Amino acid sequence: MLLDVDNLRTYFHSRHGTVRAVDGVSFSLGAGETLGVVGESGCGKSVMCMSLLGLIPQPPGRIESGRARFGGVDLLACSASELRAVRGCRISMVFQDPMTSLNPYLRVSTQVVEPLLYHKGLSQPAALEQAIAALDAVGIPDAARRIHAYPYEFSGGMRQRVMIAMALVTRPEILIADEPTTALDVTVQAQILERVRTMQRELGTAMILVTHDLGVVAGVCDRILVMYAGRIVESGTVRAVFGTPAHPYTAALQKSIPALHRKGDPLYTIGGQPPDLRREIAGCAFAERCEFAVECCQRPVELRPLTAEHWTACTRRLAGDITLPGAGTTSR
Amino acid sequence: MLRFVVSRLAQAVPVMFLIATATFFMVRLAPGDPFADEKRIPEEILANLRATYGLDQPLAVQYGRYMRNLLRGDLGPSYKYTGRSVNEIISQSFPVSLELGLEALVLALLLGLPAGLVAALRRNSAWDYLPMATAMAGICLPAFVLGPLLALVFGIWLGWFHPMGWNVASDRVLPALTLGLYYAAYIARLTRAGMIEILSQDFVRTARAKGLPEHVVVLKHALTGGIQPVLSFLGPAIAGLLTGSFIVETVFFVPGLGRFFVNAAFNRDYTLVMGTVLFYAALIIVLNLAVDVVQAWLNPRAREAMG
Repeated sequence: MLLDVDNLRTYFHSRHGTVRAVDGVSFSLGAGETLGVVGESGCGKSVMCMSLLGLIPQPPGRIESGRARFGGVDLLACSASELRAVRGCRISMVFQDPMTSLNPYLRVSTQVVEPLLYHKGLSQPAALEQAIAALDAVGIPDAARRIHAYPYEFSGGMRQRVMIAMALVTRPEILIADEPTTALDVTVQAQILERVRTMQRELGTAMILVTHDLGVVAGVCDRILVMYAGRIVESGTVRAVFGTPAHPYTAALQKSIPALHRKGDPLYTIGGQPPDLRREIAGCAFAERCEFAVECCQRPVELRPLTAEHWTACTRRLAGDITLPGAGTTSR
Repeated sequence: MLRFVVSRLAQAVPVMFLIATATFFMVRLAPGDPFADEKRIPEEILANLRATYGLDQPLAVQYGRYMRNLLRGDLGPSYKYTGRSVNEIISQSFPVSLELGLEALVLALLLGLPAGLVAALRRNSAWDYLPMATAMAGICLPAFVLGPLLALVFGIWLGWFHPMGWNVASDRVLPALTLGLYYAAYIARLTRAGMIEILSQDFVRTARAKGLPEHVVVLKHALTGGIQPVLSFLGPAIAGLLTGSFIVETVFFVPGLGRFFVNAAFNRDYTLVMGTVLFYAALIIVLNLAVDVVQAWLNPRAREAMG
């Protein structure tokens, strides 16, 4: 496995209590694989990704436990300089908001060549040449001229292309894309995703794609993690998870996709609110919103295999007490 | 860029005109006149003096003549420093204030910027609390307390510097310190606030995610944005340093323009008051313009907008 994450816990300590943003997450990522991470806002997807690269502001954040083995290094325990050698070189990250993620004071050229200068030791002209090629590859017209512009001269979609080019310019082994298209126009979303997919195939890069768009996951990912309240509640191949969801939360998420409903039907929403993460949750975190919850759901749960490629944290599903409706994955 | 500068200078013309007019009539509203002195001056001599300087003419005529001379750059004769023109007084004493102000500014930047930077990077530690508490004290302590205090400690008790005067190079230290500490404190607090704000920005996270060394993240990616508040403050700060040094100049007996300014107001030395006010006003306008230009130069978007 390229990346092996084991029992990652990231807590935020504040005056109002400890927020368990990521609470015991384990997963692995194979070379060239695309892993989708889904879940509603605040379920710990972004914090998980940023924990891996040491980008959590500490304090207030703290990585309480866990290991993330990546090519003989534990990303969570290695020295700052070891981590720096990995970030932006072997593991790159693209963030959600392209409008604020580029430095407004520096030319695009300055920013895109940086990974090459610091990680690859390239000379400025050589780095610039590669940076232009990278911008060209993500579909920025007239890249040789545009590269000398400032970020404000680019649209949101173009800026996200710059971010992607900058992330991929060092040919990393892993690209972490944290909702890369959420802030963009619907028409641009598809283009950007397609571009990322193409680049990923060309470079053989593995990808962790964080999103709350289930349609994107279905179309792009090999495997998927469903997160809820800082924990993984279900994981498996896209076909298994979407075809036969094995956790009531996943099933409910699927039911809330408007496109899967007949026109005129009322929109399905999951009742209630996600739990307050400052509270210690002993059992299943979804229990209080779950239509299938019974008493045994209050006992500690863990992610267990249903089949080799399909894991769930639902005690009742594991015991075979309940059957969940499959929504039919790619029928959008 | 050139168009921007020219248009700003053009806007300054009516501003200067208004300041000149308002000051002209306001100084004359104050009771007394330049020649009212403790010792009685015979009526005839007084009348003679007033006639010499044209003060016997109607106010409108005096105003018209003053403005005509002003257009030629002639600020008139001083009523109190006999035989010296206002232009002479300014050109002789302002360089002293300028030197003092610049030394204080350099000191303020050298102390304030690093202190604020370290405080922002080591937030909520002793590196933050100690300089910031000192800065707070520096802002609260007025120059007329700090100046004599420094003179007493370093001038008299320790004997490191002359407690007053403006003769040898080391005489610059205490006045510049007295004048600069307030601004150093202000700059430290602005730098800290600006850097903390910028360091939490998404683009700084991007820079870190690229695996850049911390000093590159801070100095190359964060600093330009982080010191924007300091740059905006520099305009008023420089103006304040150059014009607000009266107390310091008095405490340390520095022969600068600040002392002439306040004495002129006491003496009802109309032309000297007018001349100093106009000179300071022009100075502030030019300094603010310079700060805008520098700020625009650092911000690509504003640079574009200025054409």
